[in-house]
Amino acid sequence: MADQEYTRPIPVADEASQEFFDGANEEKLMLQKCSQCGTHRLPGRERCLDCWSTESEWAQASGKGKLYTYGIMHQKYHPAFADVTPYNYAIVELDEGPRIVTNIVNCDPEDLKTDMPVEAVFDHVSDGATLIRFRPA
Amino acid sequence: MVQELKGKTAISGIGITEMGKVYGHNTGWFAAEAIRLAIEDAGLKKEDIDGLLVNTGVTPLPGMGGLDIQNHLGLTNLRLLTSLQAGGATAAIMVQYAAMAIANGMANHVVCVFADAPLRESRGGGGAYSGTGGGGYVPPGMSGLYTAFGMFGITAQYALAARRHMGMYGTTNDDFGAIAVAQRAWAEKSPHAQQRDPMTIEDYHASRWIAEPLHLLDCCLVSNGGVAVIVSSADAAKDLKQPPAYIWGIGQGHPGDLKRAGWDVDTNTGASLSKERAFSMAGIELNDVDVCQLYDCYTYTVLVTLEDYGFCEKGEGGPFVADGKLGPGGALPTNTGGGQLSGYYMWGMTPLSEGIIQARGTGGDRQVEKHDVVLVSGNGGILDHHSTLILSPHPA
Repeated sequence: MADQEYTRPIPVADEASQEFFDGANEEKLMLQKCSQCGTHRLPGRERCLDCWSTESEWAQASGKGKLYTYGIMHQKYHPAFADVTPYNYAIVELDEGPRIVTNIVNCDPEDLKTDMPVEAVFDHVSDGATLIRFRPA
Repeated sequence: MVQELKGKTAISGIGITEMGKVYGHNTGWFAAEAIRLAIEDAGLKKEDIDGLLVNTGVTPLPGMGGLDIQNHLGLTNLRLLTSLQAGGATAAIMVQYAAMAIANGMANHVVCVFADAPLRESRGGGGAYSGTGGGGYVPPGMSGLYTAFGMFGITAQYALAARRHMGMYGTTNDDFGAIAVAQRAWAEKSPHAQQRDPMTIEDYHASRWIAEPLHLLDCCLVSNGGVAVIVSSADAAKDLKQPPAYIWGIGQGHPGDLKRAGWDVDTNTGASLSKERAFSMAGIELNDVDVCQLYDCYTYTVLVTLEDYGFCEKGEGGPFVADGKLGPGGALPTNTGGGQLSGYYMWGMTPLSEGIIQARGTGGDRQVEKHDVVLVSGNGGILDHHSTLILSPHPA
């Protein structure tokens, strides 16, 4: 539980991503793994883009990866982010292959470097909602 | 085989409406006005037009995919009509399909049009393109993560691509700034340009961050307006009112973005694939190019496109542009109307329109003296789609 009420947008699962969001609550980063060729993918795609199989299973990822790229948002697009602007947003490349959008925590902006190793942090922002952020590993 | 298309078709007319913060007209008006101006420019009559290709921007055109523009103008002889969408790559792609149809006897004079009117007096340009940034809506599923982590708007996504390049190759904001400054220097010479005040590299660095590493002056303008071009057979074009801009080469490149390890479209775009076919069709080498009109939604787009066409080695785009060679008097005149950064933002019609003007030799103060081969590029999505045209004042 967070110490104070979390006021920024909270994502919700849809049918395709339920296990991903449930997994995050249990501090697991869950991916879909193709049952035919073993390629990992983020939820939401029904078909493996390599072998086109529609069969997949859920697999827990290591939670480790590297910072593929990042930006520092200065523009105030959304009122809920106004008091944390500027803030970083990032794309992490998981060791299993997929790239996922996130924020980097426990890191000063000037210390952010592309390709730096990072690991998942499970941020329980409200009851039943966990955001997977990453920190330097 | 593809070389048989070289010089068979030409741009015979162009129409550019009033552009920028122009209010009081809807998108359909801009499209119709651009078409009217293009037909007048070519010296054709509306009855001569037998093809219409439409590309819509962020504000809709009337009818399904904008096809009702036909009826707004009473174009009743169409043998070719459709709407296309590959983002900022579409303008050159429309010209490609028009040229292929004409070369095969399927049509005689095909109008290709783009119009958009996202600017309103009540809001800034950024609001028109902020995507999910506006309301509090969080889409369910994985796409909601972008909202949750605060990644809003197109600029945020190009910032990621630019940062990746900086991280890999040491590219700097000075390099991006050199592009912005060079294009402003061109814009000062163009009556079509929205931003004509002189700009220094200090001005660039002083402009506010939107999404770091991109400053405001790394970003394109947002414009209301419309541009139409007419593609005709080379034989027909040479007897019309304007000097033809012959179509020498055409290409597209769509590598896709799989968003996973090993995929690097952020720093290696479809331009290389697109270039290959276009240059082969035109029978030219890189050093034959006299003038570049490169899609420039952001400064970084120009830099990575120069690399992917091979003007410099991969990763050396920064040092390549830093000496000002893209600006007036430079070795590689690029975006001579100010581009989308300082001229006007009509998606792929911005580089295409200036490419036609330069090929014709009617660029006035900004005309590049040697303009035998003009390279035009288009880019759509987040570097997802690329298109190429090679234009020339000479039929062969």
